[in-house]
Amino acid sequence: MSTFIVGQELSPHTFIINRKKLVTYADASGDRNPIHLNEEIAKSVGLENLIAHGMYTMGLAGQYVSAIAGSAHVKEFSARFTKPVVVPADTDVELVVSATVTEVNADSIRLEISAVCNEVKVLGMAKALIAL
Amino acid sequence: MLNPDLVGRTFTGATSTTISQESITAFAHAVGEENISVAPPTFGITVTLAQSQSLLQDSGLDWTRVVHGDQRFEIHTPIVAGMSLTCDCTIESARVVAGNEIVSVKADLLSDSKLVASTWATLVFRG
Repeated sequence: MSTFIVGQELSPHTFIINRKKLVTYADASGDRNPIHLNEEIAKSVGLENLIAHGMYTMGLAGQYVSAIAGSAHVKEFSARFTKPVVVPADTDVELVVSATVTEVNADSIRLEISAVCNEVKVLGMAKALIAL
Repeated sequence: MLNPDLVGRTFTGATSTTISQESITAFAHAVGEENISVAPPTFGITVTLAQSQSLLQDSGLDWTRVVHGDQRFEIHTPIVAGMSLTCDCTIESARVVAGNEIVSVKADLLSDSKLVASTWATLVFRG
């Protein structure tokens, strides 16, 4: 286990989001809201295009957090869904996740997480507590 | 509009969901996680969102107008295959802001009456 210090910036990771992956997430999560699966329906309810599940974006950020010490060590995880991740047809959208260490304790660390898509923050107030 | 009498009430999950390895594996793969011995940290949503949905739909809210505002997890024990989970939902608050109804729901996941995780969701029903 590496040593963490407050203010330390952890290396970013880029996740690829596309429509095929949204179908996989919809099937795995049981959330088959058509605004994540059907462009026509998404547009009919006033969205500019089909959008990713907020929980898919959060799930990918969760994978970033899990990679630090393992899924079983993630004790708290929270986020606001501030902007939608728009997923046009036949397009790979890049989600860049990074984190800053905000607190270091004897047996845990706290992180502030950043998730950016096309230079727009898509998660706000994203935080995690990891047991070490 | 949500009946204000529902705010503060806890709805005890009547049925339990037994978590299969297949469901953990599928969710892990969907978010790019290779370790499938425990569920990813956001896996609890597969149980809590369905419970919250049925509670709020039964209460008259239109799920087709919902947007997820925020989500929080406090995980006491990692979810593993074979766990049988029940979900208790509490509507913590409901308010109307600019024509949208904003509902906060706490959902507790329990296994054998022991708290596995607490989750909080803010759901925005667009007016």
